[in-house]
Amino acid sequence: MKKVQVYITLKQGVLDPQGKAIQTSLHSLDYPEVEDVRVGKYIELQVEEGPDLEKRVTQMCEQLLANPVIEDYRIELEGAR
Amino acid sequence: MKVAVIVFPGSNCDRDMYHAAGEIAGAEASLVWYTDTHLLDDVDGILIPGGFSYGDYLRSGSMASTSDIMNKIREHAEKGKPVLGICNGFQILTESGLLPGALMRNKHLSFMCHQEELVVEDNENIFTTLYEKNEVVRFPIAHGEGNYFCDDETLLELKDNNQIVFTYKNNPNGSVSDIAGIRNKAGNVLGMMPHPERAVEALLGSDDGLRLFQSLIANWRSSNAVNA
Repeated sequence: MKKVQVYITLKQGVLDPQGKAIQTSLHSLDYPEVEDVRVGKYIELQVEEGPDLEKRVTQMCEQLLANPVIEDYRIELEGAR
Repeated sequence: MKVAVIVFPGSNCDRDMYHAAGEIAGAEASLVWYTDTHLLDDVDGILIPGGFSYGDYLRSGSMASTSDIMNKIREHAEKGKPVLGICNGFQILTESGLLPGALMRNKHLSFMCHQEELVVEDNENIFTTLYEKNEVVRFPIAHGEGNYFCDDETLLELKDNNQIVFTYKNNPNGSVSDIAGIRNKAGNVLGMMPHPERAVEALLGSDDGLRLFQSLIANWRSSNAVNA
């Protein structure tokens, strides 16, 4: 079994209204140094190891986990447990 | 004309769609549960209703777009048969790649539920022939994620091919180019966030949506005149 971590974020240039609202709230809590906030998703998978693991997780991201029209993704593979 | 209204777990505009297309506009409508894929074999049109299929898990429409019935709907669309997706139905169509772009959180974050004025940008497709070009119509909207987004290249393509069918007169949600509804290049797949099926009786505020269903039925009848 391998733990696979997938980080999904909105593409640069895509407006993130949720991030903007959080930024405004942080400013009102007196954190004026916050210049930008982007909200994303974190997905953790337990996957059976195989030769194409990374390729297959990439396919999962392209097909379902992320929407390539608006989102980028980053995959991190952790050591076997 | 036989039309199927697809019912996913979490659809909630299915009855309205059935009522509008069937009882009001006069199509032979049926409600089809999403696992009953075989029931689509002999239908002439597919209607994907609004709601919150699969609780909007992951992204609105994303789970429904992976269901078996979508393969059937894709085949149906490739044959040139009509497919209409409203609200969550539109989200399902973009998630499944039948229409370009994506629907994101509304610009001001809140769920909005009110009437909007729309401009009919294209009346040369099977869904809008009974409208005038540039006619202003009133449909309700009811969505939290109706903010249409696509990249510049796709937008240019949509414009060049007259694929933008409806735009908002006063953009409520931040959609690029005020887009409220688009069609595919072939013209047989339409997706839109506003709800024509909730605007088919004047008593309930507007009957501007009725002509959309009537257009669909009339165009089907004229192209199937022999066995209609």
